[in-house]
Amino acid sequence: MTVLTLALLVALGSFGAGLLGALTGLGGGIVVVPMLTLVFHVDLRYAIGASLVSVIATSSGAAAAYVREGYTNVRIGIFLEVATTVGALIGAALAGLIPTSALAILFGLVLLYTAYRSFQSREEHGVSDAPHPWAIRLRLSSSYPTPAGMQPYTVQGVPGGFGLMFVAGVLSALLGIGSGVIKVLAMDRTMKLPFKVSTTTSNFMIGVTAAASAGVYLHRGYIEPALAFPVMLGVLAGALLGARILAIANTRWLRMLFTVVVVVLAAEMLYKGATGGL
Amino acid sequence: MIDERPDDPPGDAGDAPGTPGPAQLARMRWSDHRVEQIIGRLLQLGVLAAATVVILGGVPLLLRHGGDVADFHRFRAEPSALRTVGGILHGAVALDPRAVVQLGLLLLIATPVARVALTLVAFLLQRDRLYVAITAFVLVLLLYGLLGGHS
Repeated sequence: MTVLTLALLVALGSFGAGLLGALTGLGGGIVVVPMLTLVFHVDLRYAIGASLVSVIATSSGAAAAYVREGYTNVRIGIFLEVATTVGALIGAALAGLIPTSALAILFGLVLLYTAYRSFQSREEHGVSDAPHPWAIRLRLSSSYPTPAGMQPYTVQGVPGGFGLMFVAGVLSALLGIGSGVIKVLAMDRTMKLPFKVSTTTSNFMIGVTAAASAGVYLHRGYIEPALAFPVMLGVLAGALLGARILAIANTRWLRMLFTVVVVVLAAEMLYKGATGGL
Repeated sequence: MIDERPDDPPGDAGDAPGTPGPAQLARMRWSDHRVEQIIGRLLQLGVLAAATVVILGGVPLLLRHGGDVADFHRFRAEPSALRTVGGILHGAVALDPRAVVQLGLLLLIATPVARVALTLVAFLLQRDRLYVAITAFVLVLLLYGLLGGHS
């Protein structure tokens, strides 16, 4: 296959990943590495480099809108970025030491978890609970816009959320993903933030987490321009279109489709990991 | 450049209730809400600039190397000219398409780093020592990854 053919096919696949990721809210980054390695037989290191770049693009593009709407909690974001950034640098240092087959199995498990989460309904938390002592010291409580006006909220489970963010950072670097699912788990379930605040702050943090390891990988030669260029532009274009047509799309059906894709890729990753075929 | 909303939401951390004093007015100029507007704009501009540079390098890259056989299933680390900030800048000035794409990707990676730097400035102007320390720590780690991580 020539560089041109591969670039066009990869751009098309990345466009689909970005589109589905934006429409389902699950992020397209998680399917970019399996697509590149399983479909196009790209080396895992090149795939991780290209995927991280696309993750930064979509995160920053979407965060621009969310931040200005006032959902994102910048203080919670920057505080938790301590954990994700440390995690990402440790993950990047470990990446060269972990065998590819182990990474493939880890990737398969994270994909399965993503599929599992996509089926779960979300619960709204009470907003009047007493905040965690660290949340008071760090002044994490804030308010967010709702149809009924600005709604204040408090923050629970700060140490647990911080720990999960460290895990999110390690996985982001090891697998070349945004780890949005784990970030939302930390903020929505552990810290009991409103769902909209969790998802937008998670998205806001993803760019910083990915930039930490992407910088290291650039120096290590993981970022191949001829590959990262179609991936970045494809995912970005797909995500931008997805955000535009979100209101008219049938997200329930798309979510099913995306979940099926993720489960198939998970099975393939686990199989390749177990047989050492990646 | 910056959207000023008259209905600035109340309850921003750092704004005490009551009539603001002079020091507090200075801090309110850099209220959390206003910082959020500027951050949003910065992120947008960063992605736009990066995508533009990537396209400017990507099209000539495909014209020049499009017919080559794609061989990405075997990992050979990129040459040092495409791995270091200095090498990328040097190649981009010489209009090497691969280096121009790499410069665009470098701009993209630098965008979240610039966002953290801007947040640091905002916390400095708010005289929020705790968050100055937290943000500076994150910024140092990011700069280490971007500039120093040669391992």
